[in-house]
Amino acid sequence: MWLSAHLPRLPLEVFTRGAPDGDPLAVGTGPGAHPRVIACNPPARARGVSPGMAVGAAHALVDDLQVQSRDEAAERRALERLGAWAGQFTSTVSLAAPDTLLLEIQGSLTLFGGPEALARQVGDGLAVLGHEADLALAPTPLAATWLARARSGTTPIVTRRGALVKALAGLPLAVVDLEPEALATLAGSGLRRLGECLRLPREGLARRLGPAWVRTLDQALGHVSDPRPAFQPPARFEGHLMLPAEVDDVERVLFAVHRLVMELTGVLQARAGAVQALELVLVHGGGDRTRIPLELATPVRDSRHLLALLRARLERVALPAPVREVALVAERLLAPEEGTRDWVEPARGAVQDVHRLVERLQARLGAQAVRGVCQVDEHRPERAWRTCEPGESGADVAAGHRPLWLLAEPALLAVREGRPWLNREPLVLEADRERIESGWWDGCDVARDYFIARDARGARLWIYRELRGERRWFLQGVFG
Amino acid sequence: MSLDPLLQRADLWRGGQIPPVADGVPTGFADLDALFPGGGWPRGALTEILLPRDGIGALRLVMPALARLSRENRWLAWVAPPHIPYAPALAAAGVDLSRVLLIHPRAASDGLWAVEQTLRSGTCGAVLAWPAVGDTRALRRLQLAAEAGRCWGLLFRPEHLVRQSSPAALRLRLVPQERGVAVHVIKRRGGWAAGPVHVDVDHVVAQRSSAPTAPGSLHPRGA
Repeated sequence: MWLSAHLPRLPLEVFTRGAPDGDPLAVGTGPGAHPRVIACNPPARARGVSPGMAVGAAHALVDDLQVQSRDEAAERRALERLGAWAGQFTSTVSLAAPDTLLLEIQGSLTLFGGPEALARQVGDGLAVLGHEADLALAPTPLAATWLARARSGTTPIVTRRGALVKALAGLPLAVVDLEPEALATLAGSGLRRLGECLRLPREGLARRLGPAWVRTLDQALGHVSDPRPAFQPPARFEGHLMLPAEVDDVERVLFAVHRLVMELTGVLQARAGAVQALELVLVHGGGDRTRIPLELATPVRDSRHLLALLRARLERVALPAPVREVALVAERLLAPEEGTRDWVEPARGAVQDVHRLVERLQARLGAQAVRGVCQVDEHRPERAWRTCEPGESGADVAAGHRPLWLLAEPALLAVREGRPWLNREPLVLEADRERIESGWWDGCDVARDYFIARDARGARLWIYRELRGERRWFLQGVFG
Repeated sequence: MSLDPLLQRADLWRGGQIPPVADGVPTGFADLDALFPGGGWPRGALTEILLPRDGIGALRLVMPALARLSRENRWLAWVAPPHIPYAPALAAAGVDLSRVLLIHPRAASDGLWAVEQTLRSGTCGAVLAWPAVGDTRALRRLQLAAEAGRCWGLLFRPEHLVRQSSPAALRLRLVPQERGVAVHVIKRRGGWAAGPVHVDVDHVVAQRSSAPTAPGSLHPRGA
């Protein structure tokens, strides 16, 4: 059983899917003498442009029409990426250039809830990526492809081989890959529909159109085998989106990023894999690039998490110039055995791993803004702690009575009548005193007497007096 | 005005509502546990502690519960603390330092965002914040995030906000005493304002806590 996804608008989509429909756009046959429109977007169509029209005529109709030359290499790359993406539905994907994906789905029907449900998921998935597809399911790849190309507006599903002749009978001959001369020959004989050909004796057809075409018909009906090469997706991911117009606000860049991330996570799903390092590349008008690398603490394949991280990173980037193209690159797609934590898509509201939280926070606030804290085996109070990676464990030291808050810098206290004062009030010292003398070896030695003090309004403070020099008083901590 | 929108409001307490089951985080102070619905600090909700100033014992008041959560492998996120949370004192109070997350946003708006993210994450047992700004609407967002992440959201705020309406499930006002603090309950779910309860916080942190407490086991009261 084969599912065929025919992408009639691929020549256009390689230019447009980076942005929602905006200005009228057409794709032409290239820089030749008489370029013709191959495809156009709805805003252009609404103003009278249609495929087949001369580009000059289209310009006359729509003066602000943008015309791009067809980029067949980009179409081929797009089809290959979709082939990798489609691997999430079946292990056997085949590409039928220039515009058709073939999925062998017999083994996937139960998993995805039957042919209708599977077709819906493929169609919806492609739509999220910005591709419009006509789908059909049939027992042979050719029949599925022809049915999809007929663009009936529904998804034809033919489950039995015996029903194929009837299902194909009504299709116009244009759905078949035929040379224009062959098509003209058939039309000259009054043949316009596949059914009319199928009814003719094979010998006569072979004489008129060549034996290869008879064989094609037999393959479509399943009388002759039709092996298809399985597409082997590459072990890296590189997605590109051209933006139809140069874009300078982050929201519109994010639109494109969203589509690329969905493509990437589909590919990851297909491999049951994950990524741990990514690079988002923004190509600017002059060809300059802004590179935004993203390193993750653990392998991830959850699209929402990746999107949240990329969004946070993008929001912190100042764009030096408008963006013309967006690319997402993952040099290494990890296989399932490389690390096992955190791979399963989190169920809604389920507990997230702390790494994800830290990553999300760091993406927006910067790496230094999210830290752990640990003890240091050191007598000088200001050096008895340090920040560290979240989750790290430091020394385990028992100290004396210490305040929960440490001031970033000790604050000099006023002294009156021989007592330390704070905020114009005298402090009351508790009896206990702790002497700390340390650090003579590194030149930052301290010699202090520490006291717990209470101010008139009930705060408990940690203060010290220098044992040498001016014997000043300082506030260093608050009991909190 | 129909009843439904009113019932949706997080800041509206319904008389006769069944008090929550006893799944609070034990405070470490028997008198407080008795006063709080749920038998402790409310998980999955905001607690607002209103203070005349720093240093009167608000942190010491919550420290036994924080220590307990950290030893249950739950993270403690400190968002924009006013001073350095001092590692030796936290360790002495029994906190597992490897479960402490310090978050220092630059802008106030980033601060509220960070509080919301940490509350919602489902990873943190408690989130401590000192929001200088934040109207009732912002607090409601935080309350919803705390519910979603089943997290104890702790907001330390100046006491002049006592008359501002608040969606927090528990609101306390602390008044310093000769020894320790007096805890006034301004709002609690399933009960009226209450207190004050006198808590001797000066001697909570002094002893180094003993062996880790297993989740669910009884916490030594009135330490």
